[in-house]
Amino acid sequence: MTTEQNSALLKKVKHGLKDYTVLIALGLIWILFSILTNGIFLKPRNISNLFRQASIISFLATGMVLVIVLGNIDLSVGSVVGFLSAVTAFLQVKVFYDLMPRIFPAMTATGQGIMSTIFTIIVVLLLAVVIGVWQGSLIAYLKIPAFIVTLGGMQLFRGGVLGVTQGKTISPVDSSLVSIAQGYVSKPLGWIIAIAVVGVIFFTTILGRNQKKSYGFEIPMMWKDLLKASVISGIVVIYIMIMNDYRGIQIPVLILAGIALLISYISTNTRFGRYAYAVGGNLEATRLSGINIKKTIFLVHVLMGVLSGVAGIILTGYVAAGTVNAGQNYELDTIASCVIGGTSLMGGKGTIIGAMIGSLIMASIVNGMSVMNMEIFWQYVVKGLVLIVAVYIDVISNKQKS
Amino acid sequence: MSFNVKRGEIHGICGENGAGKSTLMKILSGVYPHETYTGKIMLDGKMISFEKGAIRQAIESGISIVYQELALNPFSTVGENIFLGREPVRFGDVINWNDLYGRTKELLKTYGLEIPFGETVGNLGVGKQQMVEIAKSLSEEAKVLILDEPTSALNEFEVNTLHAILRTLKEKGVTCVYISHKLEEFFQITDTVTVLRDGQHVATLPTAETDTDKLIAMMVGREMTERFPSRKVEIGEPVFTVKDYKVMSTEFMDKTLLQDVSFDLKKGEILGIAGLMGSGRTELVTSLFGEMGKQVAGTITLNGKEININSARDAMNHNIGLVPEDRKTLGLILEQSILKNISLPSMDRFSGFMHIDKNKELDESRKFAKSLRIKTPNLLVPAEKLSGGNQQKVVISKWLMTNPDVLILDDPTRGIDVGAKYEIYKLMNDLVERGVSIIMISSELEEVLGMSDRIMVMCEGHSTGILDIKEATQEKIMALATAAAQDEKETS
Repeated sequence: MTTEQNSALLKKVKHGLKDYTVLIALGLIWILFSILTNGIFLKPRNISNLFRQASIISFLATGMVLVIVLGNIDLSVGSVVGFLSAVTAFLQVKVFYDLMPRIFPAMTATGQGIMSTIFTIIVVLLLAVVIGVWQGSLIAYLKIPAFIVTLGGMQLFRGGVLGVTQGKTISPVDSSLVSIAQGYVSKPLGWIIAIAVVGVIFFTTILGRNQKKSYGFEIPMMWKDLLKASVISGIVVIYIMIMNDYRGIQIPVLILAGIALLISYISTNTRFGRYAYAVGGNLEATRLSGINIKKTIFLVHVLMGVLSGVAGIILTGYVAAGTVNAGQNYELDTIASCVIGGTSLMGGKGTIIGAMIGSLIMASIVNGMSVMNMEIFWQYVVKGLVLIVAVYIDVISNKQKS
Repeated sequence: MSFNVKRGEIHGICGENGAGKSTLMKILSGVYPHETYTGKIMLDGKMISFEKGAIRQAIESGISIVYQELALNPFSTVGENIFLGREPVRFGDVINWNDLYGRTKELLKTYGLEIPFGETVGNLGVGKQQMVEIAKSLSEEAKVLILDEPTSALNEFEVNTLHAILRTLKEKGVTCVYISHKLEEFFQITDTVTVLRDGQHVATLPTAETDTDKLIAMMVGREMTERFPSRKVEIGEPVFTVKDYKVMSTEFMDKTLLQDVSFDLKKGEILGIAGLMGSGRTELVTSLFGEMGKQVAGTITLNGKEININSARDAMNHNIGLVPEDRKTLGLILEQSILKNISLPSMDRFSGFMHIDKNKELDESRKFAKSLRIKTPNLLVPAEKLSGGNQQKVVISKWLMTNPDVLILDDPTRGIDVGAKYEIYKLMNDLVERGVSIIMISSELEEVLGMSDRIMVMCEGHSTGILDIKEATQEKIMALATAAAQDEKETS
């Protein structure tokens, strides 16, 4: 091999390393914790808990990526989640618990509970849309800076939490709501999901190749595409295998996977997503390209509202109650997840998958340290340092480029 | 390049855009450190040089610049601005306000500058703000005062005031270097004029020994070469007509940006727009594209129908495209791929609800990239990695994809090399041959003369004349562009 080939290979490896920095960091953190905890960290039981703990912030991070991609920020998500969680509990305990037997007198108590949960979800999601519309219109149409609107929202909705809960914990919520956040998919169903996912991955790979061929594009070697599909399928199958070794796939993680895939698809395969990245990349150029930038900004914030609603509902089920300090500091964990996952605070850059890994890194640190029985103050210290280091890595890698 | 400026004179410097005026000023003021150029700068017989980033050194050695864009803090008072960084202090770091304002008052009185010394700068008009800048330079004991297009933002009355101040300064022994696009000003105020062209010194001579025509000849005086491809196009009927167009500034309510602009554009024609920077040419096309706010009057007719354009989207719906002046800040999303840049305005064509046909997008974008010969390994390369010429081709591709009937090109070849320019000219020819009509703004006279069928010349927000290519010459255009139109009529 000549030196030229050598350096080209080195460049490729370096480039690849940069693309997978977050993933490598996650791997290192896992290895470190599994050594420090004598392997307890990587036990199926702990992995199952870890992913569930990461899921709530991850819902928020899927939306936050797009907000940050616009060049905006949402500081209100923690309070909004808290508020919607309080409303969820309030509806379940104070409203539908009495109402359902009157509307559906023929149903069993379990049936009435499920109906109560369905109604709750619908009302809370509608409310989440209203909150998104409120903040989105102030930011996009009245041109109040997102930082200020959401800083105000942070106070406003924290006040809402206190108003709804009257300073007390609201419980108990219906068991069907609890199982959304704490339940598991039955193991056989888990395997069916595994097979279906693998099938879809290979099907879309082949379909994509054929479509490209019909346009006469040069396509990557068959084995490369198949290898890629196999690796992704492998990760999915191994994950499901580990989960089935414990109690099965966690329902909130399954919901998250669905939503993350959907938002990821929207961000790269729809005009809306494209325009969001364009606005963040160069607002003026995007406007001069005849694009309705106000509508784009508005819709991103509405989507953030909806995802806060989803997170709020799942949080309520997870805690099995509505509490006064629900969602506190979530905005910081969410923003940190996005940034660790490679989203640029300057706007224009960021991926959903990156933010998901970022959120998993944050959750791993908290989980690992609590498995180690370290005092809780260390979690904050380490989380803070990791964020700073992650951004520093981003800063130096950008410097090298220019 | 070498020339001398005598003590106590007002020395004018003129030249076309890109002649090297700004570069020269940047060297003199220390923005470009002495490692970046060769040659000597002498002040009072001593050689001076400035280190990297040491703009302060230039000020201390006695050279001071009053920039086109004023560099004052609008929230501070006149006195604070004048003494910024040099505040008189006592007790270590406590500002002695009485001393500061006392000295400000004294300074303003000495040079006859009528500005309220305690007023917040933002409340002053542009003319007064400029006086504050001059006062600031004088307080730093400037021996040489460089004024870079000092009158571009002033009205006639303010210009007269400025000239009166400069004459006072001259009496006090301050040397002034006066850069301007407005040739008649040289005859009003300067003692000596230096002409620059293409970064070279052409002549330095006493103002009294020259006239406007001679200056213009020296400024343009280049041989025309075969730099422009020829075309054969049958020019049709007018497709796009603008009548009695007027635009008011949205920032300063009483400032008129454009007035009495009327022209028509025929099918298959290239209409050149010439004019110096600040003549209103960019404002014209930006407002035609719906991006100058609502303070617009006049009628726009497209294919015989009167139309309203209130946004870029409206313009696009009428099949009008704009390749903006600054490709980096207005034309491209630099970190995004060539592909995404090209397809951005045309996404509706490739998308349904919740879906983008990426294959179709790539396929069509490739056709444009290929026919415009964008040099790149593939279309996934970020636009920022391309050379200026290729970046411009991306911006043009982007608009060609929208199928425009009228394409506006704002200085399309600025900052790109000769080869790429030629390719863009050929592309323009292809387009008009296909029946597209083009409006082309250009800062280069040869380009306007080489490419246009007709040329509209603008000066200070007015259209000062529309010349047919057969009668147009560089001298005629420059005369119209510097509003020396009266002289032109007398001589011809």
